[in-house]
Amino acid sequence: MAMVAGEIEALIRAALPDASVTIEDLAGDGDHYAATVVSEQFRGLSRVRQHQIVYTALRGRMGGELHALALQTSVPE
Amino acid sequence: MTQPVFDRIKTEIAEAPVMLYMKGNAMFPQCGFSARVVQILTHLKVPFKTANVLEDAELREGIKQFSNWPTIPQLYVKGEFVGGCDIVTEMFQSGELETLLTEKDVPRQAAAE
Repeated sequence: MAMVAGEIEALIRAALPDASVTIEDLAGDGDHYAATVVSEQFRGLSRVRQHQIVYTALRGRMGGELHALALQTSVPE
Repeated sequence: MTQPVFDRIKTEIAEAPVMLYMKGNAMFPQCGFSARVVQILTHLKVPFKTANVLEDAELREGIKQFSNWPTIPQLYVKGEFVGGCDIVTEMFQSGELETLLTEKDVPRQAAAE
């Protein structure tokens, strides 16, 4: 089951309201996305922790219906 | 779905300096993301051990819970979770992975077993 980009973005924004979220549909098939998430809340956290926050925001969809989401996280410059 | 598989994982990541949970094995990765991490480790000439989650449903679920990480592959260095394919790739490109391996005193040389 695929997810639409807007759904992914909405879930991330709900958890990280300050985040700037960019979703790219890599293959145009609604199944392979790349997400870039920039949030002040990531400051001082390891990459693993940053990604875990995003995965938590996606509420279990990652690894399930969302099988390919390349993730890049960072703090605002 | 708790203790036995967690104990197995704890033992594996304590024994192997570099332990990769993946789909397939180093010779025949069965997923592009797993293949990429194998490629990076091989390129860095880091000996590593792998476990194939496709052969073990309990391990496949267990490692996700153990690391609190929803996807495979998962890389451990000296017992510490480093990340999945995206993080490992990013760290490789920035040189951080090599720094980490040096800092953690991981032996280098031969290719994957």
